Amino acid sequence: MKAADFISFLLRRGVQALVVMFVISLIGFSIQGNLGDPLRELVGQSVSEAERNALRDRMGLNDPFFVQYSRFLGNAVQGDLGNSYFFKRPALDVILDKFPATFELVLAATLIIIGLSVPLGIYTAINPHSWITSIVMAVSIVGISIPVFLTAIFAIYIFSVQLGWMPSFGRGDTVELPWGWDSGFLTLDGLHHLILPSIALSSIMLPLFIRLIRGEMMEVLQSEYVRFAWAKGLSKRRIWYVHALKNTLIPVISLGGVKIGTLIAYTILTETVFQWPGMGFLFLEAVNRVDTPLIIAYIIVVGLIFVVTNTLVDLIYTLVNPTVKMVGSGS
Amino acid sequence: MALLEIEDLEVEFPNRHGTLTALRGINFTLDESERLGIVGESGAGKSMAAFAILNLISEPGRISKGRIVFEGRDLAKLDEEEIRAIRGDRISMIFQDPMMTLNPVLTVGVQMIETLKAHRDISDEDARKLALARLREVQIPSPEARLDAYPHELSGGLRQRVVIAIALLSDPAIIIADEPTTALDVTIQAEVLALLLALCRDHATALILITHDLAVVSQITERIIVMYAGSIVEAGATRQIIDTPQHPYTIGLIAALPEQNAPGQPLNQIRGSMPSLNNIPPGCAFAPRCDYATDICHRIVPNLTTAHGQSVACHHAGQLQPQESVRDTERAVS
Repeated sequence: MKAADFISFLLRRGVQALVVMFVISLIGFSIQGNLGDPLRELVGQSVSEAERNALRDRMGLNDPFFVQYSRFLGNAVQGDLGNSYFFKRPALDVILDKFPATFELVLAATLIIIGLSVPLGIYTAINPHSWITSIVMAVSIVGISIPVFLTAIFAIYIFSVQLGWMPSFGRGDTVELPWGWDSGFLTLDGLHHLILPSIALSSIMLPLFIRLIRGEMMEVLQSEYVRFAWAKGLSKRRIWYVHALKNTLIPVISLGGVKIGTLIAYTILTETVFQWPGMGFLFLEAVNRVDTPLIIAYIIVVGLIFVVTNTLVDLIYTLVNPTVKMVGSGS
Repeated sequence: MALLEIEDLEVEFPNRHGTLTALRGINFTLDESERLGIVGESGAGKSMAAFAILNLISEPGRISKGRIVFEGRDLAKLDEEEIRAIRGDRISMIFQDPMMTLNPVLTVGVQMIETLKAHRDISDEDARKLALARLREVQIPSPEARLDAYPHELSGGLRQRVVIAIALLSDPAIIIADEPTTALDVTIQAEVLALLLALCRDHATALILITHDLAVVSQITERIIVMYAGSIVEAGATRQIIDTPQHPYTIGLIAALPEQNAPGQPLNQIRGSMPSLNNIPPGCAFAPRCDYATDICHRIVPNLTTAHGQSVACHHAGQLQPQESVRDTERAVS
């Protein structure tokens, strides 16, 4: 890949990302008026209607929608997404404080998914008649069908309540890293707390990934070039792990990257069940408190994470797939 | 002694309803540097016969009977590692569609070098040199650049030349080419065929050419086997088969060649279509489509019998005066 291709790729994707973020901010902002009266959350019951109206005027809540929106956008570009009604602090700061907890949870779940789905997907594809394959496929059907919160509750019941092996809530001890990043990866207690939530979070995607990899691999194994590889007298290992696997992983990367992004959505459930102090847990609390600026800030931050992961996935995809030219390279 | 001897080969596919016999009673030999054509319409079992030689039949098919003797060993009885050592080294293959044959994510060089390394201890540098030499031999322009190219960067004709170069890498005793030009443009077909013929002559390599195209085999091969519904119906020297076909199916195939037809007239064709393998009629498989079929043809499977070096599986062999019938059709259309 040439440097010029790379720069034009980044530029093009940057513009796309801006458009997506604009739409997300528009949607996020437009729900503001529909989530109840922010004044009630701010001032309580004892304030008179006249004072409320004066306050509304001062806050700009009586302005037309697009005036409010452009003001919101102007502030947002400068990193100001408004103040949380409940925390009385900038909403973005509140969210970013919780970002490391969610990030580490998603990262741990992703590692579990990749670490298990690739070997299991390969194994079940090349041994379709083995009894292990039957078990893996049966369990994965069950895994897909059970919702995350149920898996999480079962896990807590068995491993925390009955066996007492695992902590049932919280992050445990964390270590303060630069830029205010508190990491649970660096203490034994933190890792111990991470086990159940990350398994619960990965439980919905893991079966999907096993089936995805297995399906792709089985299809590739039927292809003419794999047949030709056999006819060339290559070893099984070379055919499976070089010829077939490389072609299997290319579509898996593009689909899988998007799926990993949606894991963030599932953190809302997982974090709530495990009282995990992350963005998802915070978001549910914000919804309960009708903390509109916080809800909007969450939507925008998560939208941004989606856009960034998708761009990264596309970049990786074009790097590993020689038949695809850089998206947007123009040639 | 022949280089390759196939005796009474049978291939079966077990399925839910029982067992499907895809090939039955296949007998033929191939001498050193001989060029043999296997002809028949799609589904006749010609590719199956080729894949069976290297034990490459896809699951759940298997060789249920017969011997495939090559260099004194029965290939059907070799274990996985022994047959792997022969594939691509002593016997190599060329597939039909060069667009699909090469792995899209590996460079031409990688796909050539890995083949060499699968069969011998060779340094990267020597393997690369040999690969380059083969690319030159198949007349690929600027071979150094092609070595680092991905398949999608080459045209169909070039890709098939790469596939031929890969088949030639280890200087095999036999090349099996399964419809090697069917997927190519007509203009390139002739070039690739001429190249294949020249290479086989230069290297004294035996060739098994599988095709549905009688015109192609007649230009390249010395002997022809005609297959129908999983069996051999006629076999002999190429000239003999083309000039004096004995089996009604072969007669029909030759009459169906466009060259046999006058311009502007409808093409001759064999009526009906080949029976599917799970529905082969009790007697001669060709009987329902045959103009000469009599009572016996519908009841008893004819054996392959040989007269004057030409083998035919037909109850009425020798009685048909095939030259007449070809001439009849010619007269009829002119």
